[in-house]
Amino acid sequence: MIDLTLLPDGGLTWLDGSGPQSHLVLSTRVRLARNLAGRVFGARNTPAEREAVLADVRLAAIDTVSLSQAHYFRVDELDRMDRQFLHERHLVSKELAGLEAGGRVRSGAACLWQEGAGAMVNEEDHLRLQALRSGFDLEAAYGAVDRVDGELGQRIAFAFHSEFGYLTSCPTNVGTGLRASVLIHLPGLVLTKEIGRVLQGLGQVGLTFRGLYGEGSEVVGNFFQLSNQTTLGQTEHELLEHLGSMVREVITYEEQAREVLLREAPGIIEDKVWRAYGLLRYARTLSFEETMNLLSGVRLGVGMGLVGGVGLYTLNKLLVHTQPAHLAAAEGIPLDDPALAVRRARYVRTLLDEDAAHRGGTSAGDHQ
Amino acid sequence: MRCDHCHEREAVIHLTQVAADQAVQVHLCEKCAAEKGVEPAAALVKSPLGGFLAQLSPLGAAEAPGAELRCPRCGGGLADFRDAGRLGCPECWEAFAGPLTDLVRRLHGATRHVGERYALPGTPEEGTRAASPTAARLREELRDAVAAEDFERAARLRDALRLPP
Repeated sequence: MIDLTLLPDGGLTWLDGSGPQSHLVLSTRVRLARNLAGRVFGARNTPAEREAVLADVRLAAIDTVSLSQAHYFRVDELDRMDRQFLHERHLVSKELAGLEAGGRVRSGAACLWQEGAGAMVNEEDHLRLQALRSGFDLEAAYGAVDRVDGELGQRIAFAFHSEFGYLTSCPTNVGTGLRASVLIHLPGLVLTKEIGRVLQGLGQVGLTFRGLYGEGSEVVGNFFQLSNQTTLGQTEHELLEHLGSMVREVITYEEQAREVLLREAPGIIEDKVWRAYGLLRYARTLSFEETMNLLSGVRLGVGMGLVGGVGLYTLNKLLVHTQPAHLAAAEGIPLDDPALAVRRARYVRTLLDEDAAHRGGTSAGDHQ
Repeated sequence: MRCDHCHEREAVIHLTQVAADQAVQVHLCEKCAAEKGVEPAAALVKSPLGGFLAQLSPLGAAEAPGAELRCPRCGGGLADFRDAGRLGCPECWEAFAGPLTDLVRRLHGATRHVGERYALPGTPEEGTRAASPTAARLREELRDAVAAEDFERAARLRDALRLPP
Protein backbone atom coordinates (compact mmCIF):
# COMPACT_ATOMS: atom_id res chain seq x y z
CA MET A 1 0.00 0.00 0.00
CA ILE A 2 1.31 3.42 -0.92
CA ASP A 3 1.88 5.75 1.97
CA LEU A 4 1.07 9.12 0.51
CA THR A 5 1.48 10.77 3.88
CA LEU A 6 5.15 10.64 2.93
CA LEU A 7 4.45 13.21 0.24
CA PRO A 8 4.95 16.62 1.85
CA ASP A 9 1.71 17.85 0.31
CA GLY A 10 0.17 14.43 -0.20
CA GLY A 11 -0.29 15.63 -3.75
CA LEU A 12 -3.23 17.53 -2.32
CA THR A 13 -2.28 21.14 -1.69
CA TRP A 14 -4.26 21.90 -4.82
CA LEU A 15 -7.45 20.98 -2.96
CA ASP A 16 -7.01 23.33 -0.04
CA GLY A 17 -9.43 25.83 -1.52
CA SER A 18 -6.94 28.68 -1.18
CA GLY A 19 -6.44 29.48 -4.85
CA PRO A 20 -8.15 32.18 -6.92
CA GLN A 21 -11.89 31.58 -7.61
CA SER A 22 -11.85 28.45 -5.42
CA HIS A 23 -15.60 28.58 -4.93
CA LEU A 24 -15.99 27.61 -8.59
CA VAL A 25 -12.63 26.33 -9.76
CA LEU A 26 -11.13 23.37 -7.93
CA SER A 27 -7.80 23.18 -9.64
CA THR A 28 -5.73 24.19 -12.62
CA ARG A 29 -3.47 21.75 -14.39
CA VAL A 30 -0.94 22.33 -17.15
CA ARG A 31 0.82 19.45 -18.81
CA LEU A 32 3.57 19.36 -21.42
CA ALA A 33 4.07 16.31 -23.65
CA ARG A 34 7.76 15.59 -24.28
CA ASN A 35 9.69 12.76 -25.89
CA LEU A 36 13.34 11.84 -25.79
CA ALA A 37 15.25 12.45 -29.03
CA GLY A 38 16.19 9.38 -31.01
CA ARG A 39 14.04 7.00 -28.98
CA VAL A 40 11.05 5.03 -30.22
CA PHE A 41 7.69 6.27 -28.87
CA GLY A 42 5.59 4.32 -26.40
CA ALA A 43 3.32 2.77 -29.05
CA ARG A 44 6.19 0.83 -30.65
CA ASN A 45 8.96 0.53 -28.09
CA THR A 46 10.10 -2.56 -26.19
CA PRO A 47 10.18 -3.10 -22.42
CA ALA A 48 13.97 -2.62 -22.53
CA GLU A 49 13.55 0.73 -24.30
CA ARG A 50 10.97 1.86 -21.76
CA GLU A 51 13.36 0.95 -18.95
CA ALA A 52 16.07 2.98 -20.70
CA VAL A 53 13.75 6.00 -20.93
CA LEU A 54 12.92 5.72 -17.25
CA ALA A 55 16.60 5.42 -16.31
CA ASP A 56 17.47 8.54 -18.35
CA VAL A 57 14.66 10.54 -16.77
CA ARG A 58 15.52 9.49 -13.22
CA LEU A 59 19.17 10.30 -13.69
CA ALA A 60 18.32 13.73 -15.06
CA ALA A 61 15.73 14.40 -12.34
CA ILE A 62 18.25 13.80 -9.53
CA ASP A 63 20.30 16.69 -10.90
CA THR A 64 17.41 19.21 -10.92
CA VAL A 65 15.97 21.45 -8.22
CA SER A 66 12.36 20.87 -9.18
CA LEU A 67 12.47 17.05 -9.08
CA SER A 68 15.54 16.06 -7.06
CA GLN A 69 13.43 15.37 -3.97
CA ALA A 70 10.56 13.91 -5.94
CA HIS A 71 8.56 10.99 -4.68
CA TYR A 72 8.88 8.18 -7.10
CA PHE A 73 6.21 5.61 -7.87
CA ARG A 74 6.98 2.67 -10.03
CA VAL A 75 3.39 2.39 -11.28
CA ASP A 76 3.86 -0.94 -13.05
CA GLU A 77 4.84 -2.57 -9.76
CA LEU A 78 1.78 -1.39 -7.83
CA ASP A 79 -1.41 -3.38 -7.37
CA ARG A 80 -4.66 -2.17 -8.86
CA MET A 81 -5.91 -0.37 -5.77
CA ASP A 82 -2.72 1.67 -5.45
CA ARG A 83 -2.77 2.54 -9.12
CA GLN A 84 -6.38 3.67 -8.85
CA PHE A 85 -5.44 5.63 -5.73
CA LEU A 86 -2.80 7.62 -7.66
CA HIS A 87 -5.28 8.16 -10.47
CA GLU A 88 -7.95 9.45 -8.09
CA ARG A 89 -5.36 11.91 -6.82
CA HIS A 90 -4.86 13.11 -10.38
CA LEU A 91 -1.17 12.18 -10.19
CA VAL A 92 -1.36 9.64 -13.03
CA SER A 93 -3.64 9.28 -16.02
CA LYS A 94 -6.04 6.41 -16.49
CA GLU A 95 -3.82 5.17 -19.32
CA LEU A 96 -0.61 5.19 -17.26
CA ALA A 97 -2.38 3.43 -14.40
CA GLY A 98 -3.67 0.77 -16.80
CA LEU A 99 -7.26 1.38 -15.68
CA GLU A 100 -8.85 1.73 -19.10
CA ALA A 101 -11.33 -0.95 -20.14
CA GLY A 102 -9.26 -3.87 -21.35
CA GLY A 103 -6.12 -1.88 -20.59
CA ARG A 104 -3.14 -3.03 -18.62
CA VAL A 105 -0.31 -1.20 -16.97
CA ARG A 106 2.72 -1.15 -19.24
CA SER A 107 6.23 -1.89 -18.07
CA GLY A 108 8.32 1.10 -17.09
CA ALA A 109 5.24 3.19 -16.17
CA ALA A 110 6.31 5.57 -13.43
CA CYS A 111 5.44 8.86 -11.78
CA LEU A 112 7.56 11.52 -10.07
CA TRP A 113 5.96 14.17 -7.89
CA GLN A 114 7.37 17.05 -5.90
CA GLU A 115 5.42 19.96 -4.47
CA GLY A 116 2.63 20.27 -6.98
CA ALA A 117 4.62 19.34 -10.07
CA GLY A 118 6.03 16.21 -11.59
CA ALA A 119 6.18 13.84 -14.48
CA MET A 120 4.51 10.73 -15.77
CA VAL A 121 7.05 8.50 -17.49
CA ASN A 122 6.28 6.04 -20.29
CA GLU A 123 2.76 7.20 -20.89
CA GLU A 124 1.66 7.68 -24.52
CA ASP A 125 4.64 10.04 -24.70
CA HIS A 126 7.89 9.36 -22.88
CA LEU A 127 7.18 12.27 -20.59
CA ARG A 128 4.03 14.02 -19.52
CA LEU A 129 5.26 16.85 -17.33
CA GLN A 130 2.51 18.36 -15.23
CA ALA A 131 1.74 20.85 -12.50
CA LEU A 132 -1.37 21.35 -10.42
CA ARG A 133 -2.49 24.44 -8.54
CA SER A 134 -5.43 25.19 -6.31
CA GLY A 135 -8.18 27.29 -7.87
CA PHE A 136 -7.92 29.16 -11.17
CA ASP A 137 -4.22 29.87 -11.61
CA LEU A 138 -2.92 29.14 -15.09
CA GLU A 139 0.16 31.27 -14.68
CA ALA A 140 1.39 29.52 -11.53
CA ALA A 141 0.68 26.05 -12.91
CA TYR A 142 2.47 26.87 -16.15
CA GLY A 143 5.37 28.44 -14.28
CA ALA A 144 5.84 25.26 -12.26
CA VAL A 145 5.71 22.87 -15.20
CA ASP A 146 7.83 25.17 -17.35
CA ARG A 147 10.51 25.02 -14.71
CA VAL A 148 10.51 21.20 -14.68
CA ASP A 149 10.60 21.27 -18.48
CA GLY A 150 13.52 23.71 -18.56
CA GLU A 151 15.56 21.74 -16.05
CA LEU A 152 14.96 18.32 -17.59
CA GLY A 153 15.39 19.63 -21.13
CA GLN A 154 18.88 20.84 -20.31
CA ARG A 155 19.85 17.38 -19.11
CA ILE A 156 18.20 15.08 -21.61
CA ALA A 157 17.66 15.82 -25.29
CA PHE A 158 13.99 16.24 -26.19
CA ALA A 159 12.64 15.46 -29.66
CA PHE A 160 12.13 18.87 -31.27
CA HIS A 161 11.50 19.78 -34.91
CA SER A 162 12.05 23.26 -36.34
CA GLU A 163 8.68 23.18 -38.11
CA PHE A 164 6.47 20.98 -35.91
CA GLY A 165 7.95 21.93 -32.52
CA TYR A 166 7.95 19.33 -29.75
CA LEU A 167 7.31 15.97 -31.40
CA THR A 168 4.67 13.74 -29.88
CA SER A 169 3.32 10.28 -30.47
CA CYS A 170 -0.13 11.62 -31.38
CA PRO A 171 -0.41 14.61 -33.77
CA THR A 172 -3.11 16.16 -31.58
CA ASN A 173 -0.39 17.12 -29.06
CA VAL A 174 2.42 18.26 -31.34
CA GLY A 175 3.92 21.77 -31.23
CA THR A 176 3.86 23.12 -27.71
CA GLY A 177 2.71 19.79 -26.26
CA LEU A 178 0.71 21.98 -23.89
CA ARG A 179 -2.68 21.06 -22.52
CA ALA A 180 -4.02 23.33 -19.81
CA SER A 181 -7.19 22.37 -18.00
CA VAL A 182 -9.33 24.07 -15.45
CA LEU A 183 -11.57 21.90 -13.27
CA ILE A 184 -14.70 23.97 -12.76
CA HIS A 185 -18.01 23.40 -11.00
CA LEU A 186 -20.98 24.56 -13.10
CA PRO A 187 -24.22 23.48 -11.40
CA GLY A 188 -25.94 26.81 -12.14
CA LEU A 189 -25.51 26.38 -15.87
CA VAL A 190 -26.65 22.74 -15.65
CA LEU A 191 -29.77 23.63 -13.62
CA THR A 192 -30.72 26.49 -15.93
CA LYS A 193 -30.09 24.16 -18.91
CA GLU A 194 -27.63 26.65 -20.41
CA ILE A 195 -24.70 24.28 -20.22
CA GLY A 196 -25.19 22.80 -23.72
CA ARG A 197 -24.98 26.23 -25.28
CA VAL A 198 -21.90 27.17 -23.28
CA LEU A 199 -20.06 23.95 -24.13
CA GLN A 200 -20.99 24.29 -27.77
CA GLY A 201 -19.64 27.83 -27.71
CA LEU A 202 -16.39 26.63 -26.21
CA GLY A 203 -16.12 24.04 -29.00
CA GLN A 204 -16.39 26.80 -31.56
CA VAL A 205 -13.45 28.70 -30.07
CA GLY A 206 -11.10 25.74 -30.01
CA LEU A 207 -11.67 24.57 -26.46
CA THR A 208 -12.95 21.24 -25.26
CA PHE A 209 -14.32 19.70 -22.09
CA ARG A 210 -13.91 16.44 -20.23
CA GLY A 211 -15.12 14.92 -16.99
CA LEU A 212 -13.55 14.93 -13.55
CA TYR A 213 -10.83 12.45 -14.43
CA GLY A 214 -9.76 13.88 -17.76
CA GLU A 215 -9.76 12.19 -21.11
CA GLY A 216 -12.56 9.71 -21.67
CA SER A 217 -14.22 10.34 -18.31
CA GLU A 218 -17.86 11.09 -17.63
CA VAL A 219 -19.07 14.35 -16.19
CA VAL A 220 -20.04 13.71 -12.57
CA GLY A 221 -21.11 16.16 -9.90
CA ASN A 222 -21.31 18.97 -12.47
CA PHE A 223 -17.51 19.18 -12.62
CA PHE A 224 -16.09 19.98 -16.04
CA GLN A 225 -12.47 20.10 -17.14
CA LEU A 226 -12.15 22.87 -19.70
CA SER A 227 -9.03 22.76 -21.81
CA ASN A 228 -7.40 23.86 -25.05
CA GLN A 229 -7.94 21.55 -28.00
CA THR A 230 -5.10 22.68 -30.25
CA THR A 231 -1.43 22.73 -29.31
CA LEU A 232 0.27 24.14 -32.41
CA GLY A 233 0.14 27.50 -34.18
CA GLN A 234 -0.04 29.61 -31.04
CA THR A 235 2.57 30.34 -28.41
CA GLU A 236 2.26 28.82 -24.95
CA HIS A 237 1.30 32.25 -23.64
CA GLU A 238 -1.42 32.69 -26.28
CA LEU A 239 -2.89 29.26 -25.57
CA LEU A 240 -3.05 29.99 -21.85
CA GLU A 241 -4.40 33.49 -22.39
CA HIS A 242 -7.17 32.22 -24.67
CA LEU A 243 -8.24 29.49 -22.25
CA GLY A 244 -8.01 31.92 -19.35
CA SER A 245 -10.22 34.54 -20.96
CA MET A 246 -12.82 31.92 -21.93
CA VAL A 247 -12.85 30.44 -18.42
CA ARG A 248 -13.40 33.93 -17.03
CA GLU A 249 -16.43 34.22 -19.33
CA VAL A 250 -17.75 30.85 -18.20
CA ILE A 251 -17.35 31.98 -14.58
CA THR A 252 -19.43 35.06 -15.37
CA TYR A 253 -22.12 32.89 -17.02
CA GLU A 254 -22.20 30.56 -14.04
CA GLU A 255 -22.57 33.48 -11.65
CA GLN A 256 -25.37 34.92 -13.78
CA ALA A 257 -27.11 31.53 -13.84
CA ARG A 258 -26.96 31.42 -10.04
CA GLU A 259 -28.49 34.89 -9.83
CA VAL A 260 -31.28 33.74 -12.11
CA LEU A 261 -31.91 30.70 -9.91
CA LEU A 262 -32.05 32.85 -6.78
CA ARG A 263 -34.38 35.34 -8.46
CA GLU A 264 -36.69 32.96 -10.29
CA ALA A 265 -36.84 29.93 -8.02
CA PRO A 266 -35.42 30.74 -4.59
CA GLY A 267 -37.64 28.22 -2.79
CA ILE A 268 -36.85 25.37 -5.13
CA ILE A 269 -33.12 25.98 -5.07
CA GLU A 270 -33.00 26.37 -1.30
CA ASP A 271 -34.91 23.12 -0.88
CA LYS A 272 -32.63 21.35 -3.33
CA VAL A 273 -29.36 22.28 -1.63
CA TRP A 274 -30.66 21.54 1.87
CA ARG A 275 -32.00 18.17 0.72
CA ALA A 276 -28.54 17.39 -0.60
CA TYR A 277 -27.03 18.38 2.72
CA GLY A 278 -29.60 16.38 4.65
CA LEU A 279 -28.97 13.23 2.66
CA LEU A 280 -25.22 13.53 3.05
CA ARG A 281 -25.50 14.18 6.76
CA TYR A 282 -27.92 11.37 7.57
CA ALA A 283 -27.81 8.72 4.83
CA ARG A 284 -26.59 5.25 5.82
CA THR A 285 -25.36 4.15 2.39
CA LEU A 286 -23.90 6.32 -0.34
CA SER A 287 -22.54 5.37 -3.76
CA PHE A 288 -19.67 7.44 -5.12
CA GLU A 289 -21.83 8.92 -7.90
CA GLU A 290 -24.59 9.89 -5.49
CA THR A 291 -22.04 11.42 -3.14
CA MET A 292 -20.57 13.48 -5.96
CA ASN A 293 -23.98 14.76 -7.01
CA LEU A 294 -25.01 15.61 -3.46
CA LEU A 295 -21.68 17.33 -2.81
CA SER A 296 -22.32 19.35 -5.93
CA GLY A 297 -25.65 20.50 -4.47
CA VAL A 298 -24.12 21.44 -1.12
CA ARG A 299 -21.24 23.21 -2.84
CA LEU A 300 -23.76 25.26 -4.80
CA GLY A 301 -25.60 26.05 -1.56
CA VAL A 302 -22.40 27.18 0.13
CA GLY A 303 -21.42 29.25 -2.92
CA MET A 304 -24.84 30.97 -2.96
CA GLY A 305 -24.74 31.65 0.77
CA LEU A 306 -27.73 29.36 1.40
CA VAL A 307 -25.93 26.70 3.42
CA GLY A 308 -23.71 27.56 6.38
CA GLY A 309 -21.81 25.31 8.72
CA VAL A 310 -19.76 23.60 6.10
CA GLY A 311 -16.48 24.81 4.63
CA LEU A 312 -15.01 24.54 1.18
CA TYR A 313 -12.07 22.60 2.56
CA THR A 314 -14.38 19.96 4.02
CA LEU A 315 -16.23 19.67 0.71
CA ASN A 316 -12.96 19.29 -1.19
CA LYS A 317 -11.72 16.74 1.30
CA LEU A 318 -14.93 14.74 0.91
CA LEU A 319 -14.55 14.87 -2.85
CA VAL A 320 -11.13 13.22 -2.62
CA HIS A 321 -11.56 10.79 0.24
CA THR A 322 -14.92 9.32 -0.77
CA GLN A 323 -13.42 8.08 -4.05
CA PRO A 324 -13.43 4.27 -4.15
CA ALA A 325 -9.70 3.55 -3.81
CA HIS A 326 -9.18 6.29 -1.22
CA LEU A 327 -12.04 5.00 0.91
CA ALA A 328 -11.14 1.33 0.52
CA ALA A 329 -7.52 2.08 1.47
CA ALA A 330 -8.54 4.09 4.53
CA GLU A 331 -11.02 1.44 5.65
CA GLY A 332 -8.69 -1.44 4.87
CA ILE A 333 -11.23 -3.28 2.74
CA PRO A 334 -11.16 -4.42 -0.91
CA LEU A 335 -12.41 -2.12 -3.66
CA ASP A 336 -15.33 -4.40 -4.49
CA ASP A 337 -16.49 -4.85 -0.88
CA PRO A 338 -20.25 -4.15 -0.68
CA ALA A 339 -19.66 -2.47 2.70
CA LEU A 340 -17.94 0.40 0.91
CA ALA A 341 -21.20 2.35 0.47
CA VAL A 342 -21.93 2.04 4.21
CA ARG A 343 -18.41 3.14 5.14
CA ARG A 344 -18.68 6.06 2.72
CA ALA A 345 -21.87 7.28 4.35
CA ARG A 346 -20.29 6.98 7.79
CA TYR A 347 -17.20 8.90 6.70
CA VAL A 348 -19.29 11.69 5.16
CA ARG A 349 -21.45 11.94 8.30
CA THR A 350 -18.42 12.15 10.54
CA LEU A 351 -16.77 14.92 8.57
CA LEU A 352 -19.96 16.97 8.23
CA ASP A 353 -20.71 16.54 11.95
CA GLU A 354 -17.23 17.71 12.88
CA ASP A 355 -17.46 20.69 10.56
CA ALA A 356 -20.89 21.67 11.88
CA ALA A 357 -19.71 21.38 15.50
CA HIS A 358 -16.59 23.37 14.71
CA ARG A 359 -18.64 26.12 13.11
CA GLY A 360 -21.24 26.20 15.83
CA GLY A 361 -23.85 24.08 14.10
CA THR A 362 -25.78 24.46 10.90
CA SER A 363 -28.79 26.61 10.75
CA ALA A 364 -31.41 24.90 8.65
CA GLY A 365 -34.27 27.08 9.78
CA ASP A 366 -32.93 30.52 8.98
CA HIS A 367 -35.78 31.37 6.60
CA GLN A 368 -38.74 30.19 8.61
CA MET B 1 -22.50 5.10 -32.88
CA ARG B 2 -24.18 5.41 -36.32
CA CYS B 3 -24.71 8.66 -38.15
CA ASP B 4 -28.17 10.14 -37.47
CA HIS B 5 -28.52 11.12 -41.12
CA CYS B 6 -27.36 8.17 -43.26
CA HIS B 7 -27.57 5.55 -40.50
CA GLU B 8 -24.67 3.78 -42.18
CA ARG B 9 -21.33 5.29 -41.34
CA GLU B 10 -19.78 5.81 -37.92
CA ALA B 11 -20.66 9.19 -36.41
CA VAL B 12 -17.54 11.24 -35.72
CA ILE B 13 -19.09 14.67 -35.20
CA HIS B 14 -21.29 15.23 -32.18
CA LEU B 15 -23.21 18.47 -32.07
CA THR B 16 -25.44 20.03 -29.51
CA GLN B 17 -28.07 21.96 -31.43
CA VAL B 18 -30.30 24.42 -29.70
CA ALA B 19 -33.83 24.64 -31.11
CA ALA B 20 -36.77 26.16 -29.24
CA ASP B 21 -34.64 26.28 -26.11
CA GLN B 22 -34.14 22.53 -26.25
CA ALA B 23 -30.63 21.17 -26.56
CA VAL B 24 -30.63 18.26 -29.01
CA GLN B 25 -27.66 16.00 -29.58
CA VAL B 26 -26.94 15.27 -33.25
CA HIS B 27 -24.39 12.68 -34.32
CA LEU B 28 -23.09 12.80 -37.88
CA CYS B 29 -20.51 11.02 -39.97
CA GLU B 30 -17.97 13.24 -41.68
CA LYS B 31 -19.59 12.92 -45.12
CA CYS B 32 -23.11 13.87 -43.99
CA ALA B 33 -21.69 16.66 -41.86
CA ALA B 34 -19.90 18.05 -44.92
CA GLU B 35 -23.12 17.81 -46.98
CA LYS B 36 -25.00 19.68 -44.28
CA GLY B 37 -22.31 22.33 -44.28
CA VAL B 38 -21.09 21.54 -40.77
CA GLU B 39 -17.47 22.51 -40.49
CA PRO B 40 -15.69 19.61 -38.80
CA ALA B 41 -13.79 21.92 -36.49
CA ALA B 42 -11.29 20.01 -34.43
CA ALA B 43 -13.07 20.93 -31.25
CA LEU B 44 -16.33 19.31 -32.30
CA VAL B 45 -14.83 16.01 -33.25
CA LYS B 46 -14.85 13.65 -30.30
CA SER B 47 -12.28 11.34 -31.86
CA PRO B 48 -10.26 13.86 -33.79
CA LEU B 49 -8.11 11.37 -35.58
CA GLY B 50 -10.80 8.89 -36.56
CA GLY B 51 -12.08 10.53 -39.72
CA PHE B 52 -8.83 12.11 -40.77
CA LEU B 53 -6.76 8.99 -40.50
CA ALA B 54 -9.10 7.06 -42.77
CA GLN B 55 -8.52 9.68 -45.44
CA LEU B 56 -4.74 9.61 -45.36
CA SER B 57 -3.64 8.18 -48.66
CA PRO B 58 -1.43 5.17 -48.16
CA LEU B 59 1.19 6.77 -50.42
CA GLY B 60 1.23 4.36 -53.31
CA ALA B 61 0.45 1.35 -51.19
CA ALA B 62 -2.54 0.63 -53.39
CA GLU B 63 -0.43 -0.52 -56.31
CA ALA B 64 2.33 -2.24 -54.37
CA PRO B 65 1.86 -2.94 -50.66
CA GLY B 66 5.54 -3.75 -50.22
CA ALA B 67 6.51 -0.35 -51.57
CA GLU B 68 4.75 1.50 -48.77
CA LEU B 69 6.88 4.20 -47.24
CA ARG B 70 8.34 3.16 -43.91
CA CYS B 71 10.13 5.12 -41.23
CA PRO B 72 13.84 4.27 -41.42
CA ARG B 73 14.24 4.47 -37.65
CA CYS B 74 11.34 2.44 -36.20
CA GLY B 75 10.10 0.63 -39.30
CA GLY B 76 6.54 1.85 -38.81
CA GLY B 77 4.43 2.63 -41.86
CA LEU B 78 1.50 4.95 -42.47
CA ALA B 79 -0.82 1.94 -42.19
CA ASP B 80 0.42 1.38 -38.62
CA PHE B 81 -0.29 5.02 -37.86
CA ARG B 82 -3.79 4.72 -39.32
CA ASP B 83 -4.48 1.66 -37.18
CA ALA B 84 -3.00 2.87 -33.91
CA GLY B 85 -3.43 6.63 -34.23
CA ARG B 86 0.08 6.92 -32.83
CA LEU B 87 3.40 7.52 -34.53
CA GLY B 88 6.34 5.22 -33.91
CA CYS B 89 9.20 7.62 -33.20
CA PRO B 90 10.42 11.20 -33.72
CA GLU B 91 11.74 10.34 -37.19
CA CYS B 92 8.26 9.32 -38.36
CA TRP B 93 7.56 13.06 -38.39
CA GLU B 94 10.23 13.46 -41.10
CA ALA B 95 9.38 10.27 -42.96
CA PHE B 96 5.69 11.17 -43.27
CA ALA B 97 6.09 14.95 -43.22
CA GLY B 98 3.78 15.44 -46.24
CA PRO B 99 0.63 13.70 -45.00
CA LEU B 100 1.34 14.78 -41.43
CA THR B 101 1.48 18.44 -42.46
CA ASP B 102 -2.02 18.07 -43.95
CA LEU B 103 -3.27 16.32 -40.84
CA VAL B 104 -1.71 18.88 -38.50
CA ARG B 105 -3.29 21.72 -40.52
CA ARG B 106 -6.71 20.13 -40.13
CA LEU B 107 -6.25 19.40 -36.45
CA HIS B 108 -4.68 22.68 -35.36
CA GLY B 109 -5.52 25.13 -38.14
CA ALA B 110 -1.80 25.77 -38.57
CA THR B 111 1.31 23.85 -39.56
CA ARG B 112 4.12 25.74 -37.88
CA HIS B 113 5.12 25.71 -34.24
CA VAL B 114 5.45 29.29 -32.99
CA GLY B 115 5.95 28.58 -29.30
CA GLU B 116 9.15 28.20 -27.35
CA ARG B 117 12.18 27.06 -29.30
CA TYR B 118 14.13 24.24 -27.76
CA ALA B 119 17.91 24.08 -27.78
CA LEU B 120 19.52 20.72 -27.24
CA PRO B 121 21.63 20.43 -24.08
CA GLY B 122 25.01 22.08 -24.57
CA THR B 123 23.86 24.30 -27.42
CA PRO B 124 22.22 27.33 -25.83
CA GLU B 125 21.10 29.77 -28.49
CA GLU B 126 19.95 33.30 -27.99
CA GLY B 127 16.20 33.56 -27.66
CA THR B 128 15.72 29.95 -26.70
CA ARG B 129 13.99 28.89 -23.56
CA ALA B 130 17.24 27.71 -22.00
CA ALA B 131 18.71 31.19 -22.35
CA SER B 132 15.63 33.13 -21.22
CA PRO B 133 13.43 31.60 -18.57
CA THR B 134 9.89 32.90 -18.63
CA ALA B 135 8.62 35.37 -16.09
CA ALA B 136 6.18 32.74 -14.81
CA ARG B 137 9.05 30.38 -14.09
CA LEU B 138 11.08 33.10 -12.39
CA ARG B 139 8.11 33.93 -10.20
CA GLU B 140 7.78 30.28 -9.19
CA GLU B 141 11.48 30.20 -8.31
CA LEU B 142 11.11 33.46 -6.40
CA ARG B 143 8.24 31.99 -4.40
CA ASP B 144 10.36 28.94 -3.56
CA ALA B 145 13.36 31.08 -2.62
CA VAL B 146 11.23 33.16 -0.25
CA ALA B 147 9.68 30.02 1.25
CA ALA B 148 13.18 28.62 1.81
CA GLU B 149 14.27 31.99 3.25
CA ASP B 150 17.04 32.16 0.67
CA PHE B 151 16.78 35.92 0.43
CA GLU B 152 19.94 36.45 -1.58
CA ARG B 153 18.58 34.28 -4.35
CA ALA B 154 15.14 35.86 -3.96
CA ALA B 155 16.68 39.32 -4.47
CA ARG B 156 18.48 38.16 -7.61
CA LEU B 157 15.27 36.67 -9.00
CA ARG B 158 13.31 39.79 -8.15
CA ASP B 159 15.84 41.90 -10.05
CA ALA B 160 15.70 39.54 -13.00
CA LEU B 161 11.91 39.90 -13.04
CA ARG B 162 12.19 43.70 -13.09
CA LEU B 163 14.46 43.73 -16.13
CA PRO B 164 12.70 43.95 -19.46
CA PRO B 165 12.67 40.52 -21.12
